[in-house]
Amino acid sequence: MWQIITNNWGAFLTGFWNTILCSTIALVFSLILGVFFALLEVAPPKFGRVIAKIYIAIFRNIPLLVIVMIFYLIVPRYIVKLSGFQAGTIGLTLYTSAFIAETVRAGINSIGEGQMEGARSNGMTYVQAMRYIILPQAMKIVIPPLGNQFVNLVKNSSVLAFVAGFDLMYQAQLIAFSTFQTIDTYIIVGLFYLILTLPLSYYMRHLEKKLAK
Amino acid sequence: MTAIIEFKHVDKYYGKLHALKDINLKIDEGQVVSIIGPSGSGKSTLIRTMNGLEPINSGQLIVTGHDLADKKTDINKIRKNVGMVFQHFNLYNNHTVLENVMLAPKIVLKRPDDENRKIAMQYLERVGMADKINSYPRQLSGGQQQRVAIARSLAMDPKVILFDEPTSALDPEMIEDVLEVMRYVAEQGITMVVVTHEMGFARKVSNRLIFFDQGHILEDRDPGEFFDHPNTERARQFLSKIISKD
Repeated sequence: MWQIITNNWGAFLTGFWNTILCSTIALVFSLILGVFFALLEVAPPKFGRVIAKIYIAIFRNIPLLVIVMIFYLIVPRYIVKLSGFQAGTIGLTLYTSAFIAETVRAGINSIGEGQMEGARSNGMTYVQAMRYIILPQAMKIVIPPLGNQFVNLVKNSSVLAFVAGFDLMYQAQLIAFSTFQTIDTYIIVGLFYLILTLPLSYYMRHLEKKLAK
Repeated sequence: MTAIIEFKHVDKYYGKLHALKDINLKIDEGQVVSIIGPSGSGKSTLIRTMNGLEPINSGQLIVTGHDLADKKTDINKIRKNVGMVFQHFNLYNNHTVLENVMLAPKIVLKRPDDENRKIAMQYLERVGMADKINSYPRQLSGGQQQRVAIARSLAMDPKVILFDEPTSALDPEMIEDVLEVMRYVAEQGITMVVVTHEMGFARKVSNRLIFFDQGHILEDRDPGEFFDHPNTERARQFLSKIISKD
């Protein structure tokens, strides 16, 4: 097993790096998009609510692989050229953002109506009330389920393997194919994913405890 | 006297339920008005329309010179002058006592920090909460939270404060502390509208009493006269139930 690592060190490292890169980009942007659509879904204007509902319904209910394939095969043909890595990262971002939107929306809804009424009666605008009162409380509640989404996101980045995204899973397929050491290779790749997901889970739990104080 | 709140033929529906029926009411500056009546009569709805928490369906509702029914009215501008104290306090759970009082003056009135802190401390001292400024709402009793909520309203320097059953969620021994603070507010000349079950407060502190039932104002009188000689049968029944409880 050790030999597989030493012989393919470069490939593993490239894959590891691309998985980190894809996950980081997708995490940041899915969080931004998720919070944005959650806010749109709870805001008074009906138009925004409908848009958010449609967005969430689409990206939450189609398999991740299909979304990625749309960006890999269809979008480049008609709109803009995308590499496998780009298509995969965009697909993963949109897919995850729909789940984050639902998580954050549930968090916002769990904050009692009284907090908003208190803030509005105190003269704050809707946006001020959201920013200073509702969202800070909602985000605190949402940290544990958000941690789940983030860990899922890192694991789901393996979808890049299907579109030549040069991530860990893609490299694993190549190595397994060339060495015939399928089991060992995938065990090694599993360990690489653990290097990412365990600290992430730990950090989210740490954040949860810190904010609970 | 100029009217600071004026209802002209106001109607309010919840679906098919006719909650406010053709309300006509004028409240002058500096008045302390108690609204009493059976539960479900619409008195909470009535007070919640006064700062736009509940929209009205028809009629005119003019508060501090602006018509709430007019879509062009900036509701936030009115709310700067109209505070509200709730049955369940609604303090900001993610902020300390001091922050609760200082937040709106800071971001809404853009009051400078030094002055803001001074005013906040002054009111917190007045309501007897100066030693709890770094506590969070969940660490306080109901009575303490309500006194902070009143300080939070006062810090905005409002013309009117609406009280929606401010003592109904409190333990009996806490009620007097809150009523004491409310008497202080009344002495400041701030217009008060108080939905309450505290007949002592309604009688002694307020200078006007409204008996509300089934979406109507049944009586609108001097509190002493009302309690001694209610005009309507409905008010007599209501009072007899309350007094037999004591």
